[in-house]
Amino acid sequence: MHADHPSLKRLEPPKLTLMERTYLPQIFDGLLVTGRHILKSAVAGKVLTVEYPEQQHIPSANYRGVHRLNKDENGRVKCVACMLCATACPAHCIDIVGATAPDGWDDREKYPENFIIDELRCIFCGMCEEACPVDAIELTGLYDLTGLSREEMIFDKAKLLSVYDVTKDAEPMRTGNPTPGMIASGSANHTDVEPVPVTSGPILRPLS
Amino acid sequence: MMWDLIGILVKIAIVVGISQGAVAYLILVERKVAAWSQDRLGPNRAGGRWGLLQPLADGAKMLLKEDVIPRYASRPIYILAPCIAIIMATIAFAVVPFGPVTPPGSLRKVGPIEFQIAPGMDIGILYIFAIGSLSVYAVILAGWSSNNKYSFLGGLRSSAQLISYEIPLGLSILGLVLICRSLDLNAIIRWQDEHVWGIVVQPIGFLLFLVSAFAETNRLPFDLPESEQELVGGFHTEYSAMKFGMFFLGEYLHVVTVSFLVVILFLGGWDIPFLLDTYPAAGTSTFMLWVLAFAKVGVMVFKVALVVLFIMQVRWTLPRFRYDTLMDLAWKRLIPLALINLVGTAAAVQLIRGA
Repeated sequence: MHADHPSLKRLEPPKLTLMERTYLPQIFDGLLVTGRHILKSAVAGKVLTVEYPEQQHIPSANYRGVHRLNKDENGRVKCVACMLCATACPAHCIDIVGATAPDGWDDREKYPENFIIDELRCIFCGMCEEACPVDAIELTGLYDLTGLSREEMIFDKAKLLSVYDVTKDAEPMRTGNPTPGMIASGSANHTDVEPVPVTSGPILRPLS
Repeated sequence: MMWDLIGILVKIAIVVGISQGAVAYLILVERKVAAWSQDRLGPNRAGGRWGLLQPLADGAKMLLKEDVIPRYASRPIYILAPCIAIIMATIAFAVVPFGPVTPPGSLRKVGPIEFQIAPGMDIGILYIFAIGSLSVYAVILAGWSSNNKYSFLGGLRSSAQLISYEIPLGLSILGLVLICRSLDLNAIIRWQDEHVWGIVVQPIGFLLFLVSAFAETNRLPFDLPESEQELVGGFHTEYSAMKFGMFFLGEYLHVVTVSFLVVILFLGGWDIPFLLDTYPAAGTSTFMLWVLAFAKVGVMVFKVALVVLFIMQVRWTLPRFRYDTLMDLAWKRLIPLALINLVGTAAAVQLIRGA
């Protein structure tokens, strides 16, 4: 399309009156806007920020924070070491050491002997969560992830399971509690799952 | 003579002390205004909800930080620049009246003490403008001696900007000087007390003065010498610790001076129409004289505080000018307008006062 194409509509800038060309009315309008904001936050105390350590911000229900490894009703790790999350991970931060499932775990062939996420490499995109066929890995609402060393930020299976223990009450699992067997038979229905209510009250902090 | 000298020294101590302290708190006020206009809370950790100890914390931080002098900087000038900034900002206060001052030669006193360090200075405005022009050197020398492209660009910008805006700044008050027939700040206040406020007789002059004053103090929307987004930090990129703090204090002292000038020249100084007069009625008791004098100081400080708040609010309202529009505004708009205003005022004064 060239510059004088008939379908192009040329817009002329509006003609300003003399008063508008001094920009004083516009400046006055701007002052009114900032003045309103100043009065609102200084007098009425309506601010957008929270005072962080005392007041905890509650992220939205689909916030993507620290990972957790979910457990099933028997307290076993739900992961079946299928490596889908590690494959989907664009940052290559998931390292799963799979092994044959112990005796008595009839619903699966493999389980993760170790499950390591390098939280420093993770970009918190949520792909692992999407990829997981058994809803074993989930991102929680924990956002204040800190550590004093790089080693500390590499979470192993025990630590990821402990994140589940810490967050399971505040954030229930997003999809009911499908067992791996149900997934295998294709009966899991992800659409009729209740939306997770926004959790109220403080999300428990200490992780270590 | 001796007592005069001691009195003046005491006044200097008080004025410098109060102005420096006020400036420290102005920085807090600025941060609060900034926060509020962006729907934030602002500093509230040091000294309770209002962050009242924040200036002390800031000052301690400034003093204790490492003071880096770049190896390639021109050392003497690099050190001199912040000194110029703060000295020029401070000594401008010498002629600023903070309250009622007896006119020279008058036998009646307007109050128990004179609220001015150098009373009877009949070229007050000229002195302040001269000092104000000198403070350009702080910015230019800082930018040049840092031996850094960004600093240098900041210094260049500011020299062009400050020199350009000095012209409309000077022209804008000439109308008022014509009307009041004096360059003495006290005489101008007295004229406003007897007649009307300067803003009524010189609305265009007021506007021109305000705009040029923003430019002279390097405040937004005219803060091109600093312009963090374009020049890293502008002329003070290489400055750290208290040397940076001195530029900061200098800027805020400048804001206070300019606010005083706006109040003195256009908003009637200590005057409240129909309430406060230059001379207290005869037979007023000494106690009432003091009360009246300090009431006038209070009125003045209140007005200055309002102007300072206005300047801060403008900072968080308007975006920065582009450099060519900045120059356009000064040379193509403000200066012609100031000249028209001056000629018009001169003609009106001549016609009204008669030959």
